[in-house]
Amino acid sequence: MNAHSEMKVAAEVAAPASLGIVMNCQLEKVFYGDFLAVRNSVVPIEKNKITGFIGPSGCGKSTVLRSLNRMNDLIPIFRFEGKVTYHGQDIYDKKVDPVVLRRYIGMVFQQPNPFAMSIYDNVAFGLRLNGFKGDMDERVEKALHGAAIWNEVKDKLKNSGLSLSGGQQQRLCIARAIATEPDVLLMDEPCSALDPIATRRVEELMIELKEKYTIALVTHNMQQAMRVADTTAFFGVDISQGSRTGYLVEMGPTKKIFEEPEQQLTREYVRGEFS
Amino acid sequence: MSVSGPTVESNMRDLIAASRPAPNLHRSPLELRALKSGILTALTWIGALLASVPLFSVIYELVVAGGSRLNWETLTALPPSAFETGGGFGNAIVGTLVMVGIATLISVPLGILAAVQLAILDPDSKLTHTVRFLAKVLTGFPSILAGVFVYAVMVVTMKTYSALAGGVALAVLMLPTVVLAAEQAMSMVPKKMKDAAYGIGCTRTQVILKVVLPTGAPGILTGVMLAVAGAAGNSAPLLFTALFSNYYMSSLTEPTASLAILIFNFSGMPYDNQIELAWAASLVLVLIVLVFNVLARLVGRQKY
Repeated sequence: MNAHSEMKVAAEVAAPASLGIVMNCQLEKVFYGDFLAVRNSVVPIEKNKITGFIGPSGCGKSTVLRSLNRMNDLIPIFRFEGKVTYHGQDIYDKKVDPVVLRRYIGMVFQQPNPFAMSIYDNVAFGLRLNGFKGDMDERVEKALHGAAIWNEVKDKLKNSGLSLSGGQQQRLCIARAIATEPDVLLMDEPCSALDPIATRRVEELMIELKEKYTIALVTHNMQQAMRVADTTAFFGVDISQGSRTGYLVEMGPTKKIFEEPEQQLTREYVRGEFS
Repeated sequence: MSVSGPTVESNMRDLIAASRPAPNLHRSPLELRALKSGILTALTWIGALLASVPLFSVIYELVVAGGSRLNWETLTALPPSAFETGGGFGNAIVGTLVMVGIATLISVPLGILAAVQLAILDPDSKLTHTVRFLAKVLTGFPSILAGVFVYAVMVVTMKTYSALAGGVALAVLMLPTVVLAAEQAMSMVPKKMKDAAYGIGCTRTQVILKVVLPTGAPGILTGVMLAVAGAAGNSAPLLFTALFSNYYMSSLTEPTASLAILIFNFSGMPYDNQIELAWAASLVLVLIVLVFNVLARLVGRQKY
């Protein structure tokens, strides 16, 4: 208890120095069973910015993202060492309820995953979950506007969410995630199942959304990171121990990461010399 | 390479290709593989037709033999005694509906709870594998043994045959079907949908109640209807539990008539009237099952 409140104070004191950092992921080790998946990565997420996570497959970028709302807790063999501070609290503290946490930290997944319900009910789902008592119609419309899909679905709100095209489904999922007005939006390769036109729309949407939300974005597409991310974190894979362990190689403003990175590995990766 | 325009080499290739005779693309039905394909296709058609012969002949027979006696009297009146004319099986219809109802009320909640455990809470433990295996074994459980089991447990202790005992016996038979169908339906709900629910801040209970059960509902309902259809037509478990009665039931704890037992009793009698009623009762039984099936399809149709 004491340590906890001290930590809180420390975070508040340190606030001016780390201005605008909503979440700070100070990951030491992440295991799946005995397998060390990611190590030693400090990833601060800045307010109203898009933080892009890039890196070769298996570098743990999705694992790190899913550690930020404790989605990985659903995997029984997952173990997180380190801490993730969110408004000064460690979200891995025993007192923190991951269910409550996830209502503040929304998530958009790789595959569009609307529920088998109407478009309206999909968006209203989170609001009803939170016992929202206000004008539901208004909030649903606002969220659909926010996700740039209102005009396409306004006449068929009663239709199935699954009847939409892939790109529309993904924007519906974004609407569902922002309906409850979360603080942070985690996006795990949200465009990987979409065609280039739908991808473009979702990217434009992300840039609009950062006015109100803080976004962390995993992408396997370097051009996407260049187009939308303000800050980019590059993760690499360490195979020196005979295993494959991801770690943060370098993080900085996107322009710097792509044009004059400090690490040789980053330079090779962004030039497309390996993937 | 290919951008550099025609070369001597590629010109040569084109020339060779042009000098080849055009292939014959016409169908040749007497070729060996075309023959084989035709014969096998015909065999599958014959198989499908043969398989449907029993079903259609039963339905035809029921309509022809039972349809003429189907009227308000047979649907409401009490069974006739020997040499009596007229009469019906209203009490048996009520008894069947009540006992299938009791069986449904017992087996569906229990079965769905068990299926939640098997499909979601603990899909891969030893206990789950054992339960799943036992449920599969139980689907092939001889129905007469379910009757004997409930006779020993309920009829002997309550000292009377009853609709309650009949319902429990039918529930024993319905349970495995409901469990397995519900488990199948729930495990077909895509993981990404469950992830979405967790991601939006659902507890595990909410994920099950708000996403998994509604999404799996049509499949669960299909399983329930299969079980109901099986139970409604089953006579063996009722022989030892509900027995039969010539009167309308007045409580759940007395011997109760059912269509299945009525058909069993009347079809063996040497009287034309009873035999005709047995046919009519068979038709009614089939119609009841059919109506329930259609209703379940309409209600449980995948809406989204």
